[in-house]
Amino acid sequence: MRALDRWREIFASLARRRLRTALTALSVAWGIFMLVVLLAAGNGLANGAENAFRDDAANSVWLFPTRTNKPFEGRTKNRRIVMTNDDYDLAKATVDVADHMTARYLPRGNLMTARGPNQGTFPVRAVHPDHQYLERTTISQGRYINDADLRERRKVAVVGRKVVKVLFPHGQDDQAMGADIRVGRTTFHIVGIFDDKGDQGEQENIYIPLSTAQLVFASDHTIDQLMFTVGNTPVPQAETIVKDLKRRLAQRHGFDPTDTGGIRVRNNHFMHEKMQGVLWAIRSFVWLIGLGTILAGVVGVGNIMLISVKERTKEFGVRKALGATPWSIVLMVLEEALVITTASGYLGLVAAVALVEFAKTLLPDNDFFKNPDVDIGVGLSATVILVAAGLLAGLWPARRAARIAPVEAFRAEV
Amino acid sequence: MIRLDGITKSYRAGARVLPVLRQINLHIGAGELVAIMGSSGSGKSTLLNILGILDDYDEGLYELDGTPMRNLSERQAAIYRNQFLGFVFQSFNLLSLKSAVENIELPLQYRGVPRKLRREMAMDALSRVGLTARAEHLPSEMSGGEKQRVAIARAVVTKPRLVLADEPTGALDTKTSDQIMDLLQETNAAGVTMVIVTHEPDVAARCQRVVRIRDGQIQDDSLSPLVDAPSASVPT
Repeated sequence: MRALDRWREIFASLARRRLRTALTALSVAWGIFMLVVLLAAGNGLANGAENAFRDDAANSVWLFPTRTNKPFEGRTKNRRIVMTNDDYDLAKATVDVADHMTARYLPRGNLMTARGPNQGTFPVRAVHPDHQYLERTTISQGRYINDADLRERRKVAVVGRKVVKVLFPHGQDDQAMGADIRVGRTTFHIVGIFDDKGDQGEQENIYIPLSTAQLVFASDHTIDQLMFTVGNTPVPQAETIVKDLKRRLAQRHGFDPTDTGGIRVRNNHFMHEKMQGVLWAIRSFVWLIGLGTILAGVVGVGNIMLISVKERTKEFGVRKALGATPWSIVLMVLEEALVITTASGYLGLVAAVALVEFAKTLLPDNDFFKNPDVDIGVGLSATVILVAAGLLAGLWPARRAARIAPVEAFRAEV
Repeated sequence: MIRLDGITKSYRAGARVLPVLRQINLHIGAGELVAIMGSSGSGKSTLLNILGILDDYDEGLYELDGTPMRNLSERQAAIYRNQFLGFVFQSFNLLSLKSAVENIELPLQYRGVPRKLRREMAMDALSRVGLTARAEHLPSEMSGGEKQRVAIARAVVTKPRLVLADEPTGALDTKTSDQIMDLLQETNAAGVTMVIVTHEPDVAARCQRVVRIRDGQIQDDSLSPLVDAPSASVPT
C-alpha cells in the first residue's frame, strides 16, 4: 500500500473511531498539559525564592545589635547593646573566611537632602567599600565609596537613580555626576550613581563613607549593622564561625553567649542553602508528579492501543487475506498512534502555555511566586518522550496483530 | 492450476493431536468450478484455508500454478493472496467502517493501484454485481445479499486466477442464494477458477465438480450429475 493511501486510511480510521481517538488524545494532552503547568508552577516558586535573595549576597551574614533577653553576671536583661568600630575590627580579626565585610551606620533623624530648590528625605547609609558587594549595588555612573574616601573622611556620596530624579528633575539628571548636594547641613559631592536589583526603595538610598558619617552625624564610632560574606565556606563551618564570633562579641559586650538577643544574627548563607533544599524538593516533586502524569498518559495510550488492536483483529485478518503484508499492518497501527500522540501532545503543550501566559497576566505582583515561565524545550522533550513511549506501547500489540494468522483473526471475538 | 499431494493437517488441543486433513490428493484445473462438500468438522473449510494460503499444513505438497506454497514468508503469502486469489466468506468479512466501494478498493490499494484507477475499477466491479447505487453505503446499511455481492465484487476486482468461497450462501435466503450463485457462475464463466465450500446440495449442484470430504479424507470426487459437463473425466 502506498504511503499516501495509508495516511488517508489512518485519518479516515481516526475520524470514524471518534470516541477512541478523543480518549487517547485526552490522556496524552492531559499528561503534557499537567507536566508543563506543574513545571511552570515550580519555576514560579523557584523564581520567588531566588527573588528573596536578589538584593543581598546569598552567602552573607548580618549582625544587628538589639536588647538582651537574659540577665548576665549581675546585669539585667533588656539591656541595649551598641556596636562600634571595635566590633568591626574584632570581626575582621576573627572571621578569616570573610571575603567581604562592611559596617553600616544609619544617621539618626530625617535628614533632608537638597540640591538648590529640589529636596527630599532619603535614607542615608554610611558604609565600607565592601558594602557594594554585599548589597549587590550596580554602579551605572562614576564609582562606589572607596578606601581613600574612608581614610580621608571625604564628603562624597553615591546616590540611587530615584534620588537623581528628585534632585535633578526635568531632564537635568545628566548634571548629577560631580554635582554637590546637601545632606542635613553638610555638602557632599556626588561621585557615583547606582542601580540596585532589590525593590524600588533601594534606589532611594544615599551611600556615604562610614568614617565621614561618624564624624559629621554621630561624633562617635557607633555602627548599626555588621555584614560579611563567607565565600565558599560550607554552611556548617560558617555556622561555627558565626557562633564563635557571637561568643566573642557577647564576651566583649557582657551578655550571655546563648542569649538570642544582644546581637541578632541573620545567616543568609544558611537560609539560602535551606531554601535551595526546599526548591530542590519542590522541583523533584513537580517532576515526579509530571512524570507520573506522563506515565499515566503512556499507559493510557498503550491500553487504548491494545484495546484498539484487539477490537480490529478480525479487520487485520481480512486485510491480510486481501494482500496486506505484516509490516503494512504494523505501520498502520504505529502511524495511527503517532498521529494521535503528536497532535494531542502538541495541543496539550499549547493549552498549557496559553494557560500559564494567561495566569501571568492575572497574577498580582508578589515576592513568593514570580515569572512562572514555561520551559518550551522541556515541554517539547516531554511530548517527544510521550510520542516515543506511545509508539513503543503500540509496537507490541501491532506486531502481535501482524503475526496473527488470518484464519485465527477471523475467529476473533470482538 | 491447483495440485495437492498427500496434504495432512492436524490441530493440537493440549496434549491431544486432532487430525483434520489426512492425505488429501486433489488436482483442480484452470477454469473449473468445484464444490467441496462435507459435514461440519469434516475439514472442508481447513482445506479451503490451505488453498487460500490463510493456513499452513503439516505434510504434503501444495502447488499453485506450478509454485510450491510451502515455507512462504508472510510477505510472500500476502503477495500471492493479492495477485492470485479472491475470497468470499460466509460472514462477508467486509470492513464495517468502509463503504461498499472502499471495501472493493482495498485489495487494489494493497496492489498499489493509483487512487483514480482504483475507484474506476471498484465502481466497475460494483456495477457488475448491480450495486452502483449502494457505492457509498456502509455494510451496516446493506442487506445480507448486498453485502455478499460487495464481497464478490471485492474478490474479483483484482481479476484473480482463483476465487475461493467459503459457504457463500450460508447466511442468505434461497432467492438471494440463487442470485449469488448466478454471480459466481458468471465469474467462473469468465475464466476464473472457483472452489466453493458448501454443505448445501443446491449450491453443489450448480458446480461442475463435487468433492466430498469426510473425516479429513476425500470420500468422493465426481462431476455434478445436474451439470452437462463437457468432459466426464475428473482432471488429475
